[in-house]
Amino acid sequence: MSAAAALKRTPLYSAHRAMGARLVEFSGWEMPVFYSGILGEHDAVRTAVGLFDVSHMGEIEIRGREAFQLTDYVTTNAVARLKIGQAQYSGLLYPHGGFVDDILVHKITDDHYFLCVNASNQEKDYEHIRWVNRFDAEVEYASARYAQLAIQGPRAQATLQKLTLVDLGAIRYYHFMEGEVNGVRCRIARTGYTGEDGFEVYAPPDEAPRLWNEILEAGREFSIRPCGLGARNTLRLEAKMALYGHEIHASITPFEADLGWIVKMEKGDFLGRQALAAQLERGVRRKLIGFEMRGRGIARDGYEVYLDGAPAGWVTSGGPSPTLKKNIGLCYLPVERAQLGSTIQVLIREQFVEAVTVPTPFYKRAK
Amino acid sequence: MSTYPANYWYTKEHEWVRVEGEIGTVGITFHAQKELGDIVYVEMVKVGSRAEMGKRIGEVQSVKAVSDIFSPVSGEVLEVNAVLAEAPEILNQDPHGAGWLARIRMSTPEELGLLMTAADYEAYLAEET
Repeated sequence: MSAAAALKRTPLYSAHRAMGARLVEFSGWEMPVFYSGILGEHDAVRTAVGLFDVSHMGEIEIRGREAFQLTDYVTTNAVARLKIGQAQYSGLLYPHGGFVDDILVHKITDDHYFLCVNASNQEKDYEHIRWVNRFDAEVEYASARYAQLAIQGPRAQATLQKLTLVDLGAIRYYHFMEGEVNGVRCRIARTGYTGEDGFEVYAPPDEAPRLWNEILEAGREFSIRPCGLGARNTLRLEAKMALYGHEIHASITPFEADLGWIVKMEKGDFLGRQALAAQLERGVRRKLIGFEMRGRGIARDGYEVYLDGAPAGWVTSGGPSPTLKKNIGLCYLPVERAQLGSTIQVLIREQFVEAVTVPTPFYKRAK
Repeated sequence: MSTYPANYWYTKEHEWVRVEGEIGTVGITFHAQKELGDIVYVEMVKVGSRAEMGKRIGEVQSVKAVSDIFSPVSGEVLEVNAVLAEAPEILNQDPHGAGWLARIRMSTPEELGLLMTAADYEAYLAEET
């Protein structure tokens, strides 16, 4: 009881309780894991539309004359390529090349960048960026000023369009616009963590409960479902999107995590670049790869992976894929063995169960 | 609403047992399946295995997590519910009936005295939440 009292809550906590959500602890937050059931919520996002409260996510703003220089130095992707109104997936690295976090960088103006970061890492990220900051730029820990709602699925645009005059069709993937959603000033980004089309709306916390209800009302004709973190996890795993603490953490570099595409070595110096260059020089030794279970059993995070009877790697995420109706997972393997079509053994509760490596993402939406 | 049948016995780990003669039918409670969410996988020990009160006799997995099933009674496992291998969702739909997990020939029926009645179990749930 006392432990629960210490958990942080989003502005939608009461709404979740009222709707009968099953609440669990997630990295210090009391969050809905599901409302009616993960499978139904997952399906709603793949076939219609789902609404997620992701207000636990953190926000950090970088402003000032050298906001670009700081943002570019502290992240792995090329901030120079961003246009105003565009967002970019990127990494924050330690000097040794391991992940501090994976983040979204939004370019608001030439001297203002808006970062969306993981809930569990937000204080750490803020301290990290401040520690790195030797530029004429200010770093603001802005999480308290934002609630975040994710509207995801093929009917996401039709749902949200009923509540805004902003032409959502004009917002391209990984772009955003500022505008009103039912009279509330918001930042509307065409981003997500589900493998579907959709939007992430950053709104003032006070307005979040009203917005939540209005979106559910607007989506009623499409059978919108409120969705919890359980479905968020099965959806992102099918789309092979990394989860901090699982696929990536302080001991994993972007090259190992199959995220080389968010590293722009040619852009100039950035934090972690030297270590990454050294790793490329001596060769990357392990690699993230997807697998499907062949035997009966579900691989879960942390289970060991064996090759020819010897321990060779570990499962980073695993579970049932509601869309594919298979048990899937991601694991690290030595790079020379991380080939498609290889048979691996997952140690599931003291028993070896066979799996085979497969191409990822497991699920890709039809465009 | 009498969710929990009065003629069943319950454990703190949210299993139940229904007794007919020397046979105990075992399952998980309505509360347990609700906490777990959508159940996608059930695996029980082999028929003929020896079950010990409080020891693992199988597992159920929801989309999210794996949970051990502990036997509420000791004895020999006579039968496991084969339907659940193909249709684990029955555990969510009818946890106290068609979603039963195993039938056990009880070797020590006096163990039942250590379990909770429906009224005790409901009080226990109210306290726990």
